[in-house]
This record gives sequence, C-alpha cells and structure tokens, in this order.
Amino acid sequence: MAGAALFRAEGIGKSYPGVRANDDVSFDVAAGEIHALLGENGAGKSTLVKMIYGLVRPDEGAMTLAGQPHQPADPREARSQGVAMVFQHFSLFDALTVAENIALGMENPPARRELAARIAKVSQEFGLPLNPARRIVTLSAGERQRVEIIRCLLQNPRLLIMDEPTSVLTPQEAELLFATLRKLADQGTAILYISHKLEEIRAHCDRATILRHGKVVDSCDPRAHSARELAAMMVGGEMRLIDRTGRQAGDVLLEVRGLSLPAPNAEGTALKNVSLSLRAGEILGIGGVAGNGQEELLAALSGEMRSAPGMVALQGRDLGGSGPVHRRKAGLLTAPEDRLGHAAVPDFSLTENTLLTAGPRKGLVKNGLIDRAAAKNFAEAVIKGFDVRTPGPGTAARALSGGNLQKFVIGREVMQNPVVLVVNQPTWGVDAGAAASVRQSLLDLARSGAGVIVISQDLDELLELSDRFCALNEGRLSDPRPTEGLSLDEIGLMLGGAHGMEVAHI
Amino acid sequence: MIDPLSIFLLLLSASTPILFAALGELIVERAGVLNLGVEGMMITGALAGFAVAYVSGSPFLGFAAAATGGAAVSLLFAVLTQFLLANQVASGLALTLFGLGLAALFGKPFEGVKAPPMIPGPFRINWIVWLGLVMVPLIWWFLNRSRGGLILRGVGENHDAAHALGYNVRLVRIGAIAFGGAMAGIGGAFISIATVLQWTEGMTAGAGWIALAIVVFSNWTATGVLVGAWLFGGVTVLQLRLQAAGVKVPVQLLSMAPYLATIIVLVLISARQKFSRRAGGAAPGSLGQNFHALR
Repeated sequence: MAGAALFRAEGIGKSYPGVRANDDVSFDVAAGEIHALLGENGAGKSTLVKMIYGLVRPDEGAMTLAGQPHQPADPREARSQGVAMVFQHFSLFDALTVAENIALGMENPPARRELAARIAKVSQEFGLPLNPARRIVTLSAGERQRVEIIRCLLQNPRLLIMDEPTSVLTPQEAELLFATLRKLADQGTAILYISHKLEEIRAHCDRATILRHGKVVDSCDPRAHSARELAAMMVGGEMRLIDRTGRQAGDVLLEVRGLSLPAPNAEGTALKNVSLSLRAGEILGIGGVAGNGQEELLAALSGEMRSAPGMVALQGRDLGGSGPVHRRKAGLLTAPEDRLGHAAVPDFSLTENTLLTAGPRKGLVKNGLIDRAAAKNFAEAVIKGFDVRTPGPGTAARALSGGNLQKFVIGREVMQNPVVLVVNQPTWGVDAGAAASVRQSLLDLARSGAGVIVISQDLDELLELSDRFCALNEGRLSDPRPTEGLSLDEIGLMLGGAHGMEVAHI
Repeated sequence: MIDPLSIFLLLLSASTPILFAALGELIVERAGVLNLGVEGMMITGALAGFAVAYVSGSPFLGFAAAATGGAAVSLLFAVLTQFLLANQVASGLALTLFGLGLAALFGKPFEGVKAPPMIPGPFRINWIVWLGLVMVPLIWWFLNRSRGGLILRGVGENHDAAHALGYNVRLVRIGAIAFGGAMAGIGGAFISIATVLQWTEGMTAGAGWIALAIVVFSNWTATGVLVGAWLFGGVTVLQLRLQAAGVKVPVQLLSMAPYLATIIVLVLISARQKFSRRAGGAAPGSLGQNFHALR
C-alpha cells in the first residue's frame, strides 16, 4: 500500500508579524498513504498545507514532490504538478453552477458539454452523484464537498490535501468520504488529511504527524495509540477529565410546545412543530448538520425571532410572545454561535460587551444611565472566573483569540446565574484546552441547578455533555433519547443519514 | 409628425450614454467592485472627448480620447480601493466630485465652441450608437460563455475562493475598473460630441447615477441594462416631444419624468424575488468588499 515518499518537506519555516506559524517542519507522505496532520487550532496545520498548495511561500526550507523541487509560485502551478486541495471553508462560488465551479478550478477546462460528461463519469465512478447544472446555493454541505472533491479528482492528483473535511458531514457521509479516499489511496494517490477528530484519524489514517505551536512534535501510527494519547501529544500534556458527577434532574424548567416559525430569510430554515422540555440540572444536546435550523432555534429561544404566546414557557411562565430583554430578565439566557458579530460586538470593549446581555439581569443600567463601574466589575469577574487571557476589560472583543472570546461569551451568561442557558456551537473553532474548560463550566452550571441546552455539530461533544440527545433535521426536532448507550450509527440516522450518497463502486 | 421610426431613432440616441456607462459598470460590479464614480468618469470623458475632437477635428479621435480619459480617472479609484484598500463607496463619491470639478476647470477654454460634425453610420445612425448596440451581445457572451467572464464572475462572487484557486483578484478588478472607466468616458463623450455638440459644465446631468441604478435593477445582466437604458431614452424623447408640443404640464415635472419612470419600472421588475440568491441572478457575493490577501 504505502510506497516510497512522494512528498517531502524539510525544515519548513514561516513567520507572520508576531507569530511563528511553522518552525523547522519536516515530514514526508508516501504514495498510496492516508497521512494525518494533527494539531490544535493555531498549531500551524493550515499554513503548512497552504505552502504546499502555493498559496503561501515558505520563508525557509525545501519541499520535493516525486524527487523534484516543489516551489509553487501560485496554486495553478501546484495544480499543474498534481497537488489538489479541498478547503476547510468551501472555496465555492455560491451563485455559479457546479460545472462553472469545477471549470474555475481547472487549468484548461474542456468545452461545456465535454466537461459535463467528464463530471458525470467521475461522479459515477466514485459514487458521488452530482448534477452539473445545479447552482451551489441549492446544495447541501455534503453535496458541496462532493463538488470540491470532484474538482480535485478531474485533475488526477498525485497529492490530495483535505483540510478538516468532515466537520460539516453526518457520520454516514463521513464514512463514504473515507471509502472514497481509500479507493484513491489504493490507486496510488497520496492523501494529506488534516483534522483534530482523533477517532476518525485512528480509524482511517496510516500515519500521523503531530504539530504543536508550529513544530513537529511527533510522528506515529495513529492506530497504535489511544485517542487520549494522541490528544496528549497534541496539547503537550494530559487532558483534564470532564467531571459529570453530582447532578440531579429536578423540576421542568423550560417547556417548548409546538414551536413553528417561518424561515427568516431565503437561506434560512423554518422551524416545524418543535417541542421539548428541560429539567433542572439537565443538559439536553441538540445535534444536526449545519443549516438545519440551529440558528433559528436559538433565535426563537432567545426571543430574537418572536413566537406566538404559549409556545415557550419558563418555570410555568409564558414567554412565547416576549422579546429578548424580557426573557433575559426571566432567566432564559442564550449564547449564539457567531462569536464576533452576534454574541459580541467586535469593536466594543469587553466591558461594553457585558452590558449588551448582562444589563437587565445584573442591574448595570440605572435610570437609563450605564453604571460603568458595575459593568467593569462584572467584566473583570468574568475574565477572572473563566480564565480569559486578555490585558483587561477595556480590550476590544476582536483582539481576543477565538478560544478566549468564547470563554468570555459563555462566562458572561453563566455568571448571570441563568435559569436556563442555551448555547449554540460552544466550542466551535476553539482549541482543546479552552473547549474542555467551556464544557466543564456548562456541567458546573447544570450541577448548580440550571437547565442547559447545547446545540452543536460536534457529536463527540454532545455525547460527552448531554443527558438526552435530539436531532434537528430540516427544522424538525426528533424525540429525545438518553445519551447513554446511543451509538454514532443511530445518531447518524437521526440526523437524516447520508443524503443520497452511495459507496464508491470501482 | 410623431412617427414610430423616428421616435425609435431618437430613443437609441438618447439611451446611448447611459447604455455605455451601465454596461461598463455592469462589468465592474460583476467583478465585485462598486464604483460610484460613474458620473465623474462620464464628465471626464465628455470633456476629454470634446476637447480632442475640437482640436483635431476628428470626432472618432475624440471618442478614443474619451475612453482613455475615463479609464485614466478610474485608475485613481483603482489605486485607492485595490492597493490602499480605501472604502469603495467613499472613493467612488470622491471620484464623482473630482471628475466634475476637474472637467469644469479644464473645460473653460472650450465653452461656446461647436463640435466637428460626425459622419453617420449605416441607416444614418451614429457609429457610436451602433457600437453600443454591438456591445450588449458581446458583453453577454463574455460574461456567460467565455473563460475570462467566468473568472471575472468568480472574483466578484467570492474573492477568497478565487484567490484560493490561484486567480489574481486585484488584477482582474483593476482591468474591470479601467474598462468601466473607458465605457463611461465614451458614454459621456456621446453627449458632448454627438448630442449637444458643445461643452457645458455638468452636462452629464446625473446620467451616471441613472446608469448605476440600472445596473442594480437589471439584476446585473446585459439584457436588463439594455431594457433600462431604452426605457430611460424612450421617456426622455417622449417628454421632449411633449414639451415641444406645449402640453400644459410644468416643465420640471416633464424633465424629471425619465428618471422617475426608469426607477419605478425597474423597481417593479426587480421586486419579484430577484434579490433572492436561490431564484437566479443577484448581487455578486463580494460586491463592494475590499480584498486583502495574506502571503
């Protein structure tokens, strides 16, 4: 299976102002191998693959591809040498068709009809059905990824780079992706696979190179190590164990009945007859692939989207028709997914940002005037209580790293002693250490008697945190099931399965 | 006296300045750049074209100079927005003010003189009118069928993705801006060289703003731009005829009729779901956003 080294990097280094993104990175990838690049956010994985793909030029070091020096000046040159890449954030053009998107990713695209025929042939061969005339906006996340993969496959790549490809896929779609990758590897393509999903790497990758703070810290066979050991290599120390103990289910705090709302805009999802109940001390996990109504559900619970009276009740009090301020006063707090722009105003200081949600509940506004001192004290308490690394409460929100801002956003809600807290994607794009502390704070909050709803696309996170699990699929919420004993397969089916994918048949 | 053919010929002539400016701006906006300086580029073209045509005696040389002049001032905008990453709205407004002032200053010596006569093209229709009509299918073909047009649309739709695929976002945009400037310049010169036959300060009279509106309401299509320009031209001709016929409607109302009618009709046309990205064409995804690549 794995042959001689196809790609080799030696002593690669790259600096940005104030950051050493890569430092003396050396590794190699063999033809026919699925090679994992593991590391926390900010470990330098993306910078490294961008250099291989010609998007960024290394400051020092050398790369070789099949024995020849590899110094692509731009992605086109990299593509012509057989390097293809599927991006973490899709590099697709929403308003263009599948065929146009694929043509833009090729050096010399054939005429329209021939291109359509070739797309059909490759998608048939790999079991990735696609209609070349469809516009990208109408496709699901899984289908979009198919477009990217087929765009790569049409160029017969020797080295295929995949940057966190499974973060938007259901487990079934992810399985099919790996089936496709394995076929490709068996045909001799080298695959460089970036992820921080350890189980996935253990199951499917032949070798792993682990990066930490821009340096290669280890190289191993991921199948020979446990996920815990890999995580320890990634973060450079033992991971703190999550403490789930000491919680007791109490009275029903939040009752949602028959919540239906039309889609807020053309790209949104309508909520269809959503019902749930949440007890004190309980964590309810809501899973689903992005775009199935997560944002809308959070907005409906926070009061940003008004529902009809009778749809939402907190401790027996009807809040269905009231807006965010009223709901916050009653104790129903929320932390939305988008940290910069939705949960926090980027150019406001942390003090000002605390005012935005904690104003009503913490008495930071008196007689229409802001109590600056109280706001600053509260911001400082959040910074201290949640280990937010920042010079002080006067810092602008945008100056914080993703993990630190997330700790701040969650901490700001938790420290208001909510009756019920709803969070969406609490650890999205946050490194492992910060993610663990955010999760622990949610568990601690539940232990103190609050109810917590965690909406997330990270199934491992939901399984780790929640007592009961439901799936959100096209705006419909499934019946909750106890998380204990729930398998990933069952969850995948709850999420709506693989949306028409089939296994590759070569 | 009002026979349909002569009305149509007048309509073609009245719509030509706006057609040129709007087709140029269409390319600019499809590349993801919002250049609000159309009026400034038109007036620059109107003066440059008139001056060269007057001095050289060749109207065609004048149009070439108008295209060059329009492109030259548009490159100021390009430097501001593509290299210095200045705000596009503010830079475009500045370009309009700059162009109006510049043309007024250098236009003083050309006040009161008459443009050289033009040789009419086939069917006694001005060559530049023909050129405008040919540009519509050409630009449609470029945008929808050619490789270059696909890249241009890609850059306008998602500049990050285009950059990630290795396209030079900045270069594509500078080219589009210069083309838009040249087209606006020709449109402006048509007013001074072929319609009014002399130079007066501020003679483009807001045509650039109508061209901008037409691009938006055309849903960013070449055919839509043609419809919008003809509508404007048609109502212009009509209200002039009504004024000449001495209809008892205040002149001010008649004069504003073309602007009002164009906006109202185009709003009605575009109201039906046109702004939904699922429904079909719509604003380019990166319109008005500056692009900065980290290397």
